[in-house]
Amino acid sequence: MFPIKGEAALVLAVIFGFAFGWLLQRGKVTNYNTIVNQFRLKDFTVLKVMMTAIIVGGIGVLVLTNMGMAKWHIRDANMLGTIIGAAIFGVGMVLYGYCPGTGVAAIATGSVHALVGAVGMIAGAMLYAFSFEWVKANILAVWKLGKVSLPQIMGVSPLLLYAVLAVFALVLFRWVEKRHL
Amino acid sequence: MGQSNQPTGSAETSTGVNWSPYLVGIGIGVLSWIVFVVVANPIGITTSVAQIAGGVATPFVGADVVSQNAYWKTNAMKLDYGTLFLIGTFFGALASSLVGRTFKVESIPTVWSEYFGPSKTKRFIAAFIGGALAMYGARMAGGCTSGNGISQGLQLAVVGWTFLAVMFASGLITTLLMFRRPR
Repeated sequence: MFPIKGEAALVLAVIFGFAFGWLLQRGKVTNYNTIVNQFRLKDFTVLKVMMTAIIVGGIGVLVLTNMGMAKWHIRDANMLGTIIGAAIFGVGMVLYGYCPGTGVAAIATGSVHALVGAVGMIAGAMLYAFSFEWVKANILAVWKLGKVSLPQIMGVSPLLLYAVLAVFALVLFRWVEKRHL
Repeated sequence: MGQSNQPTGSAETSTGVNWSPYLVGIGIGVLSWIVFVVVANPIGITTSVAQIAGGVATPFVGADVVSQNAYWKTNAMKLDYGTLFLIGTFFGALASSLVGRTFKVESIPTVWSEYFGPSKTKRFIAAFIGGALAMYGARMAGGCTSGNGISQGLQLAVVGWTFLAVMFASGLITTLLMFRRPR
């Protein structure tokens, strides 16, 4: 029965996207101030959303893959590209005040500057496409680890890592809630 | 529910329609379970944006240039799962802000104006450059906060956690340099 492919999957795409956009908006991460104040360490909404999603999502996906109901979708770790890309991304996210997903969602909540930034995203994607051959040969090809996970390279069980992550998150959340961050 | 006078930053939208960030995180986590099982297609945003960029580029550079491009050759614009997910994201946020009555036209957010003043031009230039950098970086890294941070992060993938660590470090440094003192 699963996974569903074809036209039915396209209908589901809209529904799942809708749920994602709704959640982002209700979680206030479609707000410029929320994102920028995370990096200013004045509001931890972004980390609360992301870490909860990662822990809840991850433990569920671990169970589902063990039951044979889902597959892993781990992507290649091209380390140089990931590091340089993430560094550029961090600068862009603070200047924009959104990441690509929350930016698109923010346009729908009335943010005009999010729309301007989305035009910038299109321009950035064009630049990437036009520089792709060079990037592929000179950056993406360097330090390739393949489809590896942290439990694999650390030699520990995924469950242990999720547990460590959950404890870390609980301690951090307690700390920030006490300070109303 | 009286209008509280709005302190700067995050408190301003606490209108009662917002959900707890933990609840939203659980929601995104559960949505991840569903997409992993039902469509085998993890949440992600930037692949479809890059495809759309190919479509936008077509009238400017010509269909040949786009179809011959090494990147767009394998990432052509089409109404596929990812693009429809992106469209859904837009309408989900629109519905949420309309239902919650928080839809508001905003050109300059409060934290920005505290530091950089009321100029729309300035804000728009920063947003444009920021959007371009975020997109370029996301494509090079193989995904953004959604596709790399959450979808790869929740699988404990090396690519996801490398992205998260470097992205936060870079964002923190940028913030330190950019937000020095309010006007």
